[in-house]
Amino acid sequence: MKLIIAIIRENQLDQVRESLIEAGIARITVSNVSGHGRRITEEIYRGQKVIPTMVSNIRLEIAVNDEFKERTIEAITRATESNDGEMVGSGKIFVVPLEECIRIRTGEKGNAAI
Amino acid sequence: MKKIYSLMFLLFGYQSFAGDEAAIDTGATAWMLTSTTLVLLMIPGLAMFYGGLVRTKNVLGTMMHSFTAMGIMTLLWVICGYSMAFGPNILGGWFGWSPDYFLLQGIDDVITDGIPEYVFAMFQGKFAIITPAIIAGAFAERISFKGYCIFIAVWGILIYNPLCHWVWASDGYLFNLGADGAIDFAGGTVVHISAGISGLVAALYLGARKQHPHLPMQPNNLVMTMIGVGLLWVGWFGFNAGSSIESGLSTAQALTVTQIAAAAGALAWILIEGFHQGKATALGFASGILAGLVAITPAAGVVQPMGAIALGIFSSGICYLAIMIKNKLGYDDTLDAFGIHGVGGIVGALLLVFFIRDSWMEDAAGLAGGTWGVIDQLGVQALAILIALAYAGVGTLLILFVLNKIVPLRATEEAEMKGLDSSYHGEKGYGMINPS
Repeated sequence: MKLIIAIIRENQLDQVRESLIEAGIARITVSNVSGHGRRITEEIYRGQKVIPTMVSNIRLEIAVNDEFKERTIEAITRATESNDGEMVGSGKIFVVPLEECIRIRTGEKGNAAI
Repeated sequence: MKKIYSLMFLLFGYQSFAGDEAAIDTGATAWMLTSTTLVLLMIPGLAMFYGGLVRTKNVLGTMMHSFTAMGIMTLLWVICGYSMAFGPNILGGWFGWSPDYFLLQGIDDVITDGIPEYVFAMFQGKFAIITPAIIAGAFAERISFKGYCIFIAVWGILIYNPLCHWVWASDGYLFNLGADGAIDFAGGTVVHISAGISGLVAALYLGARKQHPHLPMQPNNLVMTMIGVGLLWVGWFGFNAGSSIESGLSTAQALTVTQIAAAAGALAWILIEGFHQGKATALGFASGILAGLVAITPAAGVVQPMGAIALGIFSSGICYLAIMIKNKLGYDDTLDAFGIHGVGGIVGALLLVFFIRDSWMEDAAGLAGGTWGVIDQLGVQALAILIALAYAGVGTLLILFVLNKIVPLRATEEAEMKGLDSSYHGEKGYGMINPS
């Protein structure tokens, strides 16, 4: 089992979700996060360009069985690359080994619980 | 001595008062000033109502649709709108024009029916602002800012001003239709039906939002929507009761039925929803308030409380149905500009004939020189509605078609994905959710 954590652009959540659903992955957790990578975004405040110190991003957490790992990563990459060309700041995908997974209602464990 | 002075002052003061301003009815003027302010309050109200219903990334862009209308339509109204709407007929009655009204130059010291004409002009100007702002709900979340600004300017000049002239100017031809005119007390036809149909045409012309309808698009802030609809309800007293253009009996009648229809509409909506879906939603209550208010708008001058209750209930029921049909058909009238304003306006303008107070019908019969019945008036109402639907619908389509060749109206795919806020305004609505 793997935990896939993806940090993506705020505005690409919809297309990533669509792409994941198409790939058969419907169980995801989404949160709003801020941070900074190499990307610089500009906002305007009373006629001045300002560069916020933190950029808002979306963080997806997806727990998958090993055989779904590549498919998930592929779905996220496919959805995000279509729109941003060479611009930096598309985000990152982290894959972490997942030790245990328990479905709270039934107490099922492991692969079956995901 | 002191007494004499004060007596002289009183006499002198009274005389000068009588000499300069005898024509002013201060009571009516005070109420019209209040109404003008109340109708203006509806526009930030609409901004909050619409703003809360869209997704987070479009909240500012959507609120700006209402706010920019305050800027654009106000200036246009002063330059040419008031003249086109309330000047004497030109071009065979297509609209009015009077050089006196250009930049309101000729009304600087004019008092009409006891009210300074400036007040009347500003009061009517607020209606010209809110109408295009209502349309914006139909194509929310997918129109370019520049395209929207140009669209409402052209729409205001070519659609709103002529319609307003036909219905409300004393020589407008809908004003003189039938025995005592098509009944449109406060703008059911001019504001709601015209905005509704124009919104529908624009929504169909621009197409659905990306991912509509297969991804649910949730309101970002229903709390703001509820505050907005509350402001709309409050402002509607200026809209309806102010449309009596006096401070008297008809003002009181309009105010009373406005309150009643809003309440009836709201309760009817959550009852229907409760039976249909099992939950009484806050957005349902808000929608019912609007459905009731829209339906009573044309009728506020002629119906009594029982009629107001009936109009509120029918309007909510039929609007609810209209939105279900919209969902079946799958077109993207995003915030139901047609589903509520268009449909509610039509329901109000048609069904009001069954609840007209007797004295109005007697007057109409007198004017018709004999008899005037419910069916006669129903014909007049239906004709006025059809004219408004046809004129605003076809006119909007032509405007969109021509404008789209010059300025692309639809937001680019990238702008739509990123959101209107960051694409067109370089800002974010909410900063408090994330650390920054």
